[in-house]
Amino acid sequence: MLLYVGSTVFVCYLSFALRGGELPVPAWNALFWIILLFTAVNAAAKGFLQESRGRLLYYYTLVRPQAVILAKIGYNALLLLGLSLVGLAVYAVVLGNPVQDLGLFVANVMLGALGFATTLTLVSGIAAKASNSSTLMAVLGFPLMIPMLLLLIKVSKNALDGLELEASRSSLLTLVALNLIVTAVSYLLFPFLWRS
Amino acid sequence: MFLKTNWWKAGAVLLLIYTAIAGLLMPVPRLAILNESIRNLYFHVPMWFGMTIILATSVYYSIRYLRTPTPQLDILSHESAKTGIYMGIVGLATGSIWARYTWGTWWTNDPKLNGAAIAMLIYGAYLVLRSSFQDEQQRARISAIYNIFAFAAAMPLFFILPRLTDSLHPGAGGNPAFAKYDLDSNMRLVFYPAVISWTLLAFWITQVACRFAFLKLKVYEKQLA
Repeated sequence: MLLYVGSTVFVCYLSFALRGGELPVPAWNALFWIILLFTAVNAAAKGFLQESRGRLLYYYTLVRPQAVILAKIGYNALLLLGLSLVGLAVYAVVLGNPVQDLGLFVANVMLGALGFATTLTLVSGIAAKASNSSTLMAVLGFPLMIPMLLLLIKVSKNALDGLELEASRSSLLTLVALNLIVTAVSYLLFPFLWRS
Repeated sequence: MFLKTNWWKAGAVLLLIYTAIAGLLMPVPRLAILNESIRNLYFHVPMWFGMTIILATSVYYSIRYLRTPTPQLDILSHESAKTGIYMGIVGLATGSIWARYTWGTWWTNDPKLNGAAIAMLIYGAYLVLRSSFQDEQQRARISAIYNIFAFAAAMPLFFILPRLTDSLHPGAGGNPAFAKYDLDSNMRLVFYPAVISWTLLAFWITQVACRFAFLKLKVYEKQLA
């Protein structure tokens, strides 16, 4: 997955280097979140798809479903946190770093990674049940992530422009609340998914 | 339940006729730019009320399905979601026409408009998910899970997000949705019946679709037996 992020960033770098110019700030922002979005979908998809039937059955006899979903969310959150921070570092090195409020930006990226992890864990669980699951993963996951992504891009634009924290506080709070809602709903719904 | 009786259908028809006649003929306040297009309020806005209510109904049936799995509950939730999609599409279409004559474009980059489009995408995904299962029970359970999850994850944002950002659309940037129009009590006389009648119509469409699906289920079971 690290290679995936690295090569995507490098492809972006090469294709923009052709023009020879510095990337404009809005495009920098948009490109970064698109890379993160696709990385997150690919990384989270592995969570359930790569489990063999036997191992799922083994978990089923061993632990409560709530424990499984929380563990999966935790694993995906850690994975995406690592991926997005490394991705940000590589991205900033090769494409330049126009961020003015780096602390806020990093906090925002971490919130985004957590949000992607919580949303995509249950979606990958759902998609794993269907036959053509990798396509389904994108179809189901993207619309759910767009509202979150809109908030994230807004906050990161504020961080890029170096606005004070006050301007993005409500969006940040909404993001935190959204993460909590999604986690709670996954916790409640997963036992039903698990049974089949 | 009152849905079993017939009087509410008559009420829906009467209120719809009233909405159509009064909505097009009653005097309306003359506002700049809006002019006569303000009458679209009776048709565009109730679509979203109806859509939200019918989608909430769909989620309610999904939750009931997860508690007691029966094919009937799955059909109810599926048909409600489909009616919600129809209402959403009509709402988008009427809104688009309205935007053309007041803002000058068919579509602008606006949080409310985007939210509506995302909602349609989510329920499109719901239909795709349903079609990708062979086994009926599994299809019913997993689409119920997705339905609840999508509603819980996305719906609050469509009501919160537009209020955080500025936009052309009323009901944004901290304004309550109807403050501008509510001053005119004549419009309320048509607007509230319009909301009720379109919502009732949504329930009616759902009921007919469900009956059809129940019949199909019965025929299918008979063939198996």
